[in-house]
Amino acid sequence: MAGSRGRGRSQFSFSVDALGFGRGDCLPSSAHTPSPLYPPMQFRPVPLHTGEEVDYMLALKQELRASSKNLPFHIKAARTKTDVARYSDKYQNGETKNNCIEWSPDWSRMPKELCIKVRKPRKTGERNSIIIITNTLEKREEEQHSEEEEDEEKKKQNEEEPDADEDYDEEELEDTDYIMSYFDNGEDFGADSEDNMDEAVY
Amino acid sequence: MTTQEVRLCGLLLQEHFGNVVEKVGTHLIRSGVLTLRALAHETKLPLDLVKKSLCVLVQHGMCTFGAGRRGPAGPVEYRINCEHVFHMLRYPRYIYTAKSLYGDTGELIVEEILQRGHMTMSSTVKTVADRLTHNMPEGQSMDYSEVVSVFSQLVETHFLQRCPPLASAGSSSSGAVDTPLPVATQPTEPESHPDCYKLPYINLTGQLLQSKHSSHTKKLFSGQPLCGDDDGIYWQVNFQRFHLHFRDQAIISAVSCKLDQSSSEIVRTMLRMSEVTTPAHAAFTQALSANEIFRALLSSYNIARPILDQYLSLLVDDPMEFVGKTGDSGGGMYVVNLHRALANLARATLESVVQERFGSRSARIFRLLLRKRHLEQKQVEDFAMIPAKEAKDMLYKLLSENLVQLQEIPKTPDYAPSRTFYLYTVNQLPTARLLLQHCYKTVGNLIERRLYETKENKRLLEKSQRIEAILASLQATGAEAAQLTEVEEMITVPERQQLESLRHHINKLDSSENQVDETIFLLKSYINSTQASR
Repeated sequence: MAGSRGRGRSQFSFSVDALGFGRGDCLPSSAHTPSPLYPPMQFRPVPLHTGEEVDYMLALKQELRASSKNLPFHIKAARTKTDVARYSDKYQNGETKNNCIEWSPDWSRMPKELCIKVRKPRKTGERNSIIIITNTLEKREEEQHSEEEEDEEKKKQNEEEPDADEDYDEEELEDTDYIMSYFDNGEDFGADSEDNMDEAVY
Repeated sequence: MTTQEVRLCGLLLQEHFGNVVEKVGTHLIRSGVLTLRALAHETKLPLDLVKKSLCVLVQHGMCTFGAGRRGPAGPVEYRINCEHVFHMLRYPRYIYTAKSLYGDTGELIVEEILQRGHMTMSSTVKTVADRLTHNMPEGQSMDYSEVVSVFSQLVETHFLQRCPPLASAGSSSSGAVDTPLPVATQPTEPESHPDCYKLPYINLTGQLLQSKHSSHTKKLFSGQPLCGDDDGIYWQVNFQRFHLHFRDQAIISAVSCKLDQSSSEIVRTMLRMSEVTTPAHAAFTQALSANEIFRALLSSYNIARPILDQYLSLLVDDPMEFVGKTGDSGGGMYVVNLHRALANLARATLESVVQERFGSRSARIFRLLLRKRHLEQKQVEDFAMIPAKEAKDMLYKLLSENLVQLQEIPKTPDYAPSRTFYLYTVNQLPTARLLLQHCYKTVGNLIERRLYETKENKRLLEKSQRIEAILASLQATGAEAAQLTEVEEMITVPERQQLESLRHHINKLDSSENQVDETIFLLKSYINSTQASR
């Protein structure tokens, strides 16, 4: 290449005729930037088809789109629980859950591994761990209280009451939001406060 | 799978089945074949959601599963059938075709089966009868037997077919190799099953009655209730049959545009006669004699025998080559050239695209190159009768858009530019594929724009929906006109205008999607026909 450059300096390797433009013609400018995102159109597009058929298919399309949102095939992820378990969660049963399938396919035509086993949520089991911990703390507290009550009751020689009280307290505990151990019926008022004088009372 | 195809699949899945299925589906398309665990791990979705999504996809026939690479003992592998996802774009056309052929009942049957993937015959009949009864005036009801008869007609003409059985669901008495699942790479063709189009016997007598007295329709059964003896026999829509029908329609309309109505009726008759005898991928129909065609022509067309002969010879001589003559017995044996017709239709589409985008002179150059195959620059200018500068400009523009290719023919082994011929050429098949990808991109853009428009005006749309609901409830409880106007005025006039323009835009975008889908169908049929003939 270097040799031919020295010999025929003004000769190009291609003839100008083959390219289709003469000397001195201005070439189109080279591109400096990527082509624009919406290049201007030279010709306007042809208008869309119109007619009864077209309108009917348009209506069908929009109807199908709307109705497919209501079918059980439209899967929405269950809303992940936000920071705190709220009281209203107990009453919002309409929320979709991840682990149940809303329609019943024919399992003979599907691989078995796609079958989701639905576990029935136990009363205290499926809730947040916070509630579980609160419950265990409550149980421990009221066990303590029920022991103290037992001693007091024994002094009064009423042995059937403590069992009933214990059972009563435990059952009440799970059904209502009022934690029974917080309810102070005044029996322990004098005794406890004298015992715990050293420690700070919160 | 190209980028555009994957993108379009994702958008279609999202529209119909939600974000979760879209995520699962797109990932599965990109990865090819995956097991359940791998899919859940890679998409980082909870396992239950992935299971539910796969159930939905399998139900609709878009996902196939089978024993994987480790054989029957290993985990099940899943793969997505992209063509099936693209069919979702065409659902309105299928439903409209069923309506035009079999009336409202047929329309509802096809719509139900499309929306649910596959259904048993008894559940389809029941649902469709319910829907029809709902729309009928009080006191009338839809008899199950009518729905059953329309269903049978759909099956007889092959528009509906049975779902292919899985090997595991098959009989245990089969002497074949005991694989629990079919191999993932070879899905069973529905047509390979001998009972593909056999109707099951179901005991269906009865109808729903509407009680005239209550304001809400109460449904009473008369006769025996619906009992399905056909559990396990599922029916799906036979998309291939619908596509053959669309292809026939395209050919007939092309003939009627090019020639005239009578010749299109003749072609329609020929196609109708060869519907059942021609296999799906045949290049041309069975040979029909002119006598047969004459007998089969409906008398309403009022075509005499010599006129028919003239029309047939005209069709044969036409450069579009829709009809060909294969013999002289029986007054002349004629066939419809299906593949050639598709190729010509695709070519017409390409030419039309070039004309609309670049002008009629560029289209002239394009047509010239299609006909003459290879031409030099000088020859192009001469044959197209366009001045050199403009011809060069147009050629280079078409070249930059990849619609025209450059072929180098060297005179010397060192490819020196002064001693090489540069010939311009157009290859129809690669250009058709290119245009098909453009179409996929276009539909993707249309869908995204529609979603964007809806999102921008979400607040306004919700407000209008609420007000409509309020109006409906007020009207149901019988409110005065003053209250109704007061509620209507809650939407201000500029908001109304905005809503109106939004509806107009969305209608336009939807309509465009339907129209682009017609082009997609044509190009895809052409590409498939070339592959089948190889």
